[in-house]
Amino acid sequence: MDTLLVVLIDGIVYASWLFVVAAGLTLIYGVMKILNMAHGSLYAIGAYTAASLVGWYFAAGYVPWASYLVFIGGATVVGVAAGVLVERGVLRLMYGSDEVVMILVTYAILLILEDLTKLVWGVDSYYSYQPYSLLGQTNIAHIPFANYDLAMVGVAGLIGLLLWYGLNRTRRGKILRAVIHDREMSSAMGINVTRTYIITFMIGSALGAIAGGLTAPTLSVAPGLGIEVIILAFAVVVIGGLGSVGGAAFGSLLVGIGRAAAVQAFPQIELLVIYVIMAMVLAIRPQGLFVAAAARKI
Amino acid sequence: MPIILQTRSLSKSFGAVIAAADINVTVNEQEIVGVIGSNGAGKTTFINMVTGYLKPSEGAIFFRDRNITGLSPRQVTRTGICRSFQVAQLFPELTVLENMLVASNMLSGRPLSWQRPLKTAAAIEAARTSLAEYQIEEYAETLAATLPQGVRKLLDIAMATVGKPALLLLDEPTSGVAIEEKFDLMENIMEVVQRSGVTCLFVEHDMEIISKYASRVIAFYEGRIIADGPTEQTLASPDVKEFIIGTELHRQGEPPETSHRSQASSNPEAKNLIPRPQYS
Amino acid sequence: MRKADKTIISLLVALVLLLATSPVLPKWFSFLIAISLAEGLVTLGLVVLKRAGLISFGQGLYYCLGGYAVGIVGQYGGISNALALILCALVVGGLVSALVGLLLCRYRDIFFAMLTLAFSMILYGVLANTASLGSTDGFGVVPIGFFGWHPASQRLGLVVYLLICVLAVGSAMLVHRYFSAGMGWAGEAIRENEIRVEYLGISPQKILYFKYIVAALLAALGGALAAFASGHVDPNMAYWTTSGDFVFMMLLGGSANVAAPFIGAFIFEVIRTFAFDFVPYTWHMILGIVLLLIILFQPNGLWALFSKLSKKKAGVV
Repeated sequence: MDTLLVVLIDGIVYASWLFVVAAGLTLIYGVMKILNMAHGSLYAIGAYTAASLVGWYFAAGYVPWASYLVFIGGATVVGVAAGVLVERGVLRLMYGSDEVVMILVTYAILLILEDLTKLVWGVDSYYSYQPYSLLGQTNIAHIPFANYDLAMVGVAGLIGLLLWYGLNRTRRGKILRAVIHDREMSSAMGINVTRTYIITFMIGSALGAIAGGLTAPTLSVAPGLGIEVIILAFAVVVIGGLGSVGGAAFGSLLVGIGRAAAVQAFPQIELLVIYVIMAMVLAIRPQGLFVAAAARKI
Repeated sequence: MPIILQTRSLSKSFGAVIAAADINVTVNEQEIVGVIGSNGAGKTTFINMVTGYLKPSEGAIFFRDRNITGLSPRQVTRTGICRSFQVAQLFPELTVLENMLVASNMLSGRPLSWQRPLKTAAAIEAARTSLAEYQIEEYAETLAATLPQGVRKLLDIAMATVGKPALLLLDEPTSGVAIEEKFDLMENIMEVVQRSGVTCLFVEHDMEIISKYASRVIAFYEGRIIADGPTEQTLASPDVKEFIIGTELHRQGEPPETSHRSQASSNPEAKNLIPRPQYS
Repeated sequence: MRKADKTIISLLVALVLLLATSPVLPKWFSFLIAISLAEGLVTLGLVVLKRAGLISFGQGLYYCLGGYAVGIVGQYGGISNALALILCALVVGGLVSALVGLLLCRYRDIFFAMLTLAFSMILYGVLANTASLGSTDGFGVVPIGFFGWHPASQRLGLVVYLLICVLAVGSAMLVHRYFSAGMGWAGEAIRENEIRVEYLGISPQKILYFKYIVAALLAALGGALAAFASGHVDPNMAYWTTSGDFVFMMLLGGSANVAAPFIGAFIFEVIRTFAFDFVPYTWHMILGIVLLLIILFQPNGLWALFSKLSKKKAGVV
């Protein structure tokens, strides 16, 4: 019973930050039909920025509770800036290319950004535990859980709600969904598709960076983080369905809980659970669990 | 002549849209049949079903006593039915000669080889001969993607006939071709068809071409066959004149009024409001 | 016909050069060539798939299987006969691809790419967590021999180099022959117009299935040879970035000719080696920039720059 609770909560905690990353990735794919491998770098940039800010902030001795605004806000700002640079600098030159070619382009950008972060932040690990330990712990059924983790679940849930509301209830959101559905038709209807792309990429990058900022206090931020994360987010997005934010939520829950269960029961399969699920989904329902099958083009 | 193709109550619907309903067709060996009807009438759906690209919702298809309903295009081709396409289906980045070599290699019936070169002197010569039959040999080294439309259609058909099929289905062989070239094209195709004795069904919108080359005409309208018989007789029938030829005359210069036809037939009150074109 | 002769002759000349210069090449350079040729084999497999319209992001699966096959059979089976070990690698690669390919041959484009990636990561996950195989550290590969003869350890590198040169060039010649045959051209046809191929009486799935197995065999061979050359295998061979490296080698070289992937692999390794030595923290960045430049300006790979063939014959990304 205890194990079940641990699996559930750990799984949901893992799923929450994964959802935020995956939501950004799936949104960018949905609107721009680009599978942005560089998204992992934006996560890493967000994490590094947050870690640096935490380090500076607490060393400078400012009020602890305001640190959250600082490091998450800072991560977001830097992430969005990086995203805009990537989109305007490189991606827009390649619009209209084959989807697989775009993956190669974004992979190249991932490699470049990975080294850029190494140049800026060095190769040492960054620890920024203060915001994490500051919030203390809560006992649920006599098992201690970090409040920061639980708060992260809340933040992820909030982001999910905001995304849902934004996409479904606002005019801008409807425009986004129109472009997701049919880019050419939207353009023919007078929607400024280029501006939609820029905004989408900014939102997507923000989500990636926020996820990085949120998780920075929970781990040691080190080189290679972007590469590790992108492949996880990628699997989640494939499982949920490319372009579906709801799918990303479901996918991250499935992966998070699956992984937590594996860690408790069969640790040897922890690393491959996610890819087995990904392969199964691709084999049975390639478009993902939450996306309708596209009409056969042939 | 024995029956080569027979469809029984062939139907295809996509949800509420009925693309073809109760198609009963019998074609004899060596017949040359013209298929007419406005766009959306069901002609291409019919060809797609016969060749296995679409699974019929109902009905059966028989090729020389063999039930071929539900077979895939690959299997249908192997029984001896070949087709050409409304939009020529070529291999764009390959040359015309390579297109031909690949097609004849695949249709030869022998398993593809892992090491015997495709471009042997014998194969090249045979391919060139096939191209020459359609008078497109001069384009042999041209990329298929850069061909003029008439040559594209001829290559498409050449690739269909190189396998010496028993039944040839041509989907609008002259569509997209300039009017002054249409007759030359059909003349060329029909010469090859008649020389090889293959049974041929071709979809065509130009009534003059139909009159000249088809001994029999099948007329489609809104998914059904509304006429089927010898050419002169069928083209003169009142139904065909009203529903198809009327619009065909329009296609050669005047704006089409097919929509009026459908509107008129589905909304009885509109019959009196929509002006009906006067034909002599 | 003349074109085919030119390639075979060039390959033979290259082989002679590689073999003849072996005594005078500095060890680091012959090692570089050996690794490049081994990786070039994997990339050659990618070219086979690319010409048929598919890009695999998971060749690392077979590269790793080949390496681990020779590693495991060598360590635990006590076999050091190079040819026997290579046979094991090919059998493993062949069996796995025969199974996996049944599923994969039904997919195209981005779904094919993603599925290949997933399978390679599954292998990574399995190996990284298998303590008996050294987990993420991997393990060492026994020195090879031939039918009882074991080269002295200082000569081992040279022997491996010679073996790799012969096998790489030999494979290239076989694949070249394959490309000019009916099966090879079937791949081009499928890439260009799959529907037409169906209407010509051929099953695209069946053709792609065989191509997938061919690519897997080449990758397994490459993995085995790389294991011989480096003396070590680890799960990283199956990590997705390794598969990404192979795709980049293909981009660098192009897919117009069987020699192109080897050249692409060589250039990749040269950049990697020199970047490591001179600017160790920017190797990825340099690679990324080179690749962006290739994709933007020379998507047919560097081969097209040197090739006298007209653009129409080169594979287009």
